[in-house]
Amino acid sequence: MLGLMGCGNPQLSALQPQGKGASALFDLMILSLAIMVVVLVVVFILFGYVLVKFRERKGDDTIPEQVEGNHMLEVLWTAIPIVLLLVLAVPTVMTTFDLAVSEKSAEESKDASGDKEGPMTINVTAHQYWWEFEYPDQGVITSQELYLPVDERVNVNLSSADVIHSFWIPTISGKMDTNPGDKLENKMWLHPEKVGTFQGACAELCGDSHALMYFKVKVLEKEEFDAWIESMKNTKYDDAPSQVAEGQKIFENNCLSCHAVGDKGGNVGPALTGFADNEKVAGILEHNKDNIKDWINNPQDIKPGNNMPDFNFNEQQLDALADYLLELKTAE
Amino acid sequence: MSNAHAANKSVLWDWLTTVDHKKIGILYLISGGFFFLVGGLEALLIRIQLMGPEMTFLTGDLYNQVLTMHGTTMIFLAAMPIIFAFMNAVVPLQIGARDVAFPFLNSLGFWLFFFGGVLLNLSWFLGGAPDAGWTAYAPLSTQSSGHGVDFYVLGLQISGAGTLMGGINFLVTIINMRAPGMTFMRMPLFTWTAFVTSGLILFAFPALTIGFFLLMFDRIFEANFFDANMGGNAIIWEHIFWIFGHPEVYILILPAFGIISEVVATFAKKRLFGYSAMVFATVLIGFLGFMVWAHHMFTVGLGPVANSIFAVATMAIAIPTGVKIFNWIFTMWGGRNRFTTANLFSVGFIPTFVMGGVTGVMLAAAPADYQYHDSYFVVAHFHYVIVGGLILGLFSGLYYWYPRMFGVMLNETLGKWNFWTFFIGFHLTFFPQHFLGLMGMPRRYFTYPEEFQLGSLNFISTIGAIGMTVGTIIFVINIIVTHAKGEKVSGDPWDGRTLEWAMPNPTPHYNFLQTPLVRGLDALWIEKMAGNKGMTPAEPIGDIHMPNNSILPFVMSLGFFIAGLGFIYINTAGLPALIAVIGGIGIGLVCMFLRSWIDDHGYHIHKEDLLKENKGVDA
Repeated sequence: MLGLMGCGNPQLSALQPQGKGASALFDLMILSLAIMVVVLVVVFILFGYVLVKFRERKGDDTIPEQVEGNHMLEVLWTAIPIVLLLVLAVPTVMTTFDLAVSEKSAEESKDASGDKEGPMTINVTAHQYWWEFEYPDQGVITSQELYLPVDERVNVNLSSADVIHSFWIPTISGKMDTNPGDKLENKMWLHPEKVGTFQGACAELCGDSHALMYFKVKVLEKEEFDAWIESMKNTKYDDAPSQVAEGQKIFENNCLSCHAVGDKGGNVGPALTGFADNEKVAGILEHNKDNIKDWINNPQDIKPGNNMPDFNFNEQQLDALADYLLELKTAE
Repeated sequence: MSNAHAANKSVLWDWLTTVDHKKIGILYLISGGFFFLVGGLEALLIRIQLMGPEMTFLTGDLYNQVLTMHGTTMIFLAAMPIIFAFMNAVVPLQIGARDVAFPFLNSLGFWLFFFGGVLLNLSWFLGGAPDAGWTAYAPLSTQSSGHGVDFYVLGLQISGAGTLMGGINFLVTIINMRAPGMTFMRMPLFTWTAFVTSGLILFAFPALTIGFFLLMFDRIFEANFFDANMGGNAIIWEHIFWIFGHPEVYILILPAFGIISEVVATFAKKRLFGYSAMVFATVLIGFLGFMVWAHHMFTVGLGPVANSIFAVATMAIAIPTGVKIFNWIFTMWGGRNRFTTANLFSVGFIPTFVMGGVTGVMLAAAPADYQYHDSYFVVAHFHYVIVGGLILGLFSGLYYWYPRMFGVMLNETLGKWNFWTFFIGFHLTFFPQHFLGLMGMPRRYFTYPEEFQLGSLNFISTIGAIGMTVGTIIFVINIIVTHAKGEKVSGDPWDGRTLEWAMPNPTPHYNFLQTPLVRGLDALWIEKMAGNKGMTPAEPIGDIHMPNNSILPFVMSLGFFIAGLGFIYINTAGLPALIAVIGGIGIGLVCMFLRSWIDDHGYHIHKEDLLKENKGVDA
């Protein structure tokens, strides 16, 4: 059973918990597995014994005794499982309530951290096929990469702009669906305990590129996180260096109505503020100039069914755009 | 009446019009078997795509179509009809009846299922199959472009109506048509599970029917039941689907439990251990099956109270299931167990199903499910219960009842090869998937990057799938070889315990010459032990009343098939589609009218003919 720990990629595996939620779930998984292994061992030993002991032997044609049953045994194998299940049911219910976001749990966390306003809130909106992360109190919107402070509880509101998706960071917490419609907004909390980059994914079938709807989670020290928020807030669209003015011009004419940069732009597509620091292009490709050009040129080949139109840019325009995008850094 | 001479007409006409439960059972088996091969092929395509990281064999929307059709086909068009095949072939014989209560309805149920299944699969050739998963969650299903999901809704609606009819038919049959002395607590366990399954169908399928109507109206007539922007609610679909969908799981597995109970007892030469506990457990599982649907929805955001209640209710199902497992083991205990192919599949079922059951309890722990849900852990779990449980059970039943259904016995050597390749292939395919899920692989993903280290387990899984394919091919070869040889066997090749083995081979058209008198559980075994040659008759030989064959069920189902096609294209094809809708429903209504108008009293097989046929039987 201990062999289970440490299985898989440490950025992705639910067996290597890096946050309070995932740890609680891991403990529950191990408890349930332990109980179930007891059951398996008992059944397999009985079963194996019967298989060996009571096979038909050559020349034996006696008719076995026609046993009707045994009340004592029936009571026994009804009662023992009930006890085992109770052992599992109690921590199950407790963990269910611990993981839920209730007013009570929000207050507790406020006392513990001593923060002035309680836990920070992040609004997560799922789109086909990308993720939008809004820090409403700080006025920061980002996409595809979720920044979190370490050792701090964060409340997350989950919703969807189109179909049902499911928000899952296996190493930090369990998953929860993002439902369309204001009435169906979900709440959960994240509490990462380790600095690093982790993998998030969509876990509910959401269309052609469901398998490509990854996002990164960057857990930073508190000071670094605060600095990141500050620099995101201070980034302005007009900050772009003059050598990429051509790219910026193309961007302004074609892209800005959907993609926000700093203080300008629409919100139909992912916000690109600080895009130069991203680990991936479109959440899945390695972050380099070729892939940026490739993505702009063939969005449907790379993520089939997504909503980015094909602009038919020529090579020169693509180069200029990619150069501009690679200069989209956050303010100092 | 003239129908006794139906044999003069062509063989095809006979099969199209038959109302004989034995033939309808075979029709269900052949069409279910065909769809099983189709669904299996789709599974193989999925496993090929996932064999290594970043493969491009089958991606995006096409992958979604294949995964949707794999699930839908296997559940609705393979598993359900094969279960109905056994219920038809076995239940009337086990209770000592001459047919089901409503033979015409039985035929109608089959043809509706058949045409529904054909309609659904036509989508492959008419612009693309459904692509929203077998669960068809709104709004993905309502927004899905093309006609794929329309085929899903209409095809399954028609096929589901057939299933509902079948369920009602077997409820009435089992309640009303038991032979004298066959009390409820003397019914063989397979009949019990068929009874409870039929009850579940009666209550579960109407929910699906309503769900499909809502989905159909959203897609075809621009209703907004599931559209949040128009005040609808997508979660309603999930509730409706799983209020049907969870009992469906028990609709599938209970008959497999029944088969295992028959086979294990027969080949242990022992009475089923704890019969009344087994019956009670079956009924309890059926009842609890309706109380746990929301465990498919732990991550939807129903809140901690609902999640806790459904978690504990789900765990409770483990108790009656455990009772069954232990009773099977103790049936074998002290027995003289003979490991025929049928029994191998049953015995293989027990540990496999226990493994599926324990992961079921793990999944019931609601918060832990936040990790398992929609990951490959769940995929592993439900394939352990559906393939490792249901399909092994169906194979077991097939090897066991094949002599009864076809008069020939499947080859045992090939049967054992079939078992071992399929069984080992199965575990190789699905055991690694538990770990894939825990390592963070979500289900319904057509690819995964190399850096996630999911490649080697996926590769093993695909190798396993090839093993299962080999097993299935051996099975098909076995059928061909067996029928090519065509060696007839006696009516009771396994030294059976229950009434279906009390008839000669091939089973007479009217089943029992004289309705048997049942004197206890395992009615035939009791007579054998008392030294009697066969069942004691409960009546003298007399005229036997039989139903007439009818083509109406076939035509009526064809009508609804045409109407279904019309509905699918009503927004794009205009007038021709409208004509198809009106014409198709018209055909259905005319058939209903004819059925009501024409008095059909059936016909009698006369005593004299029966005596001529069965020389030497005392009148």
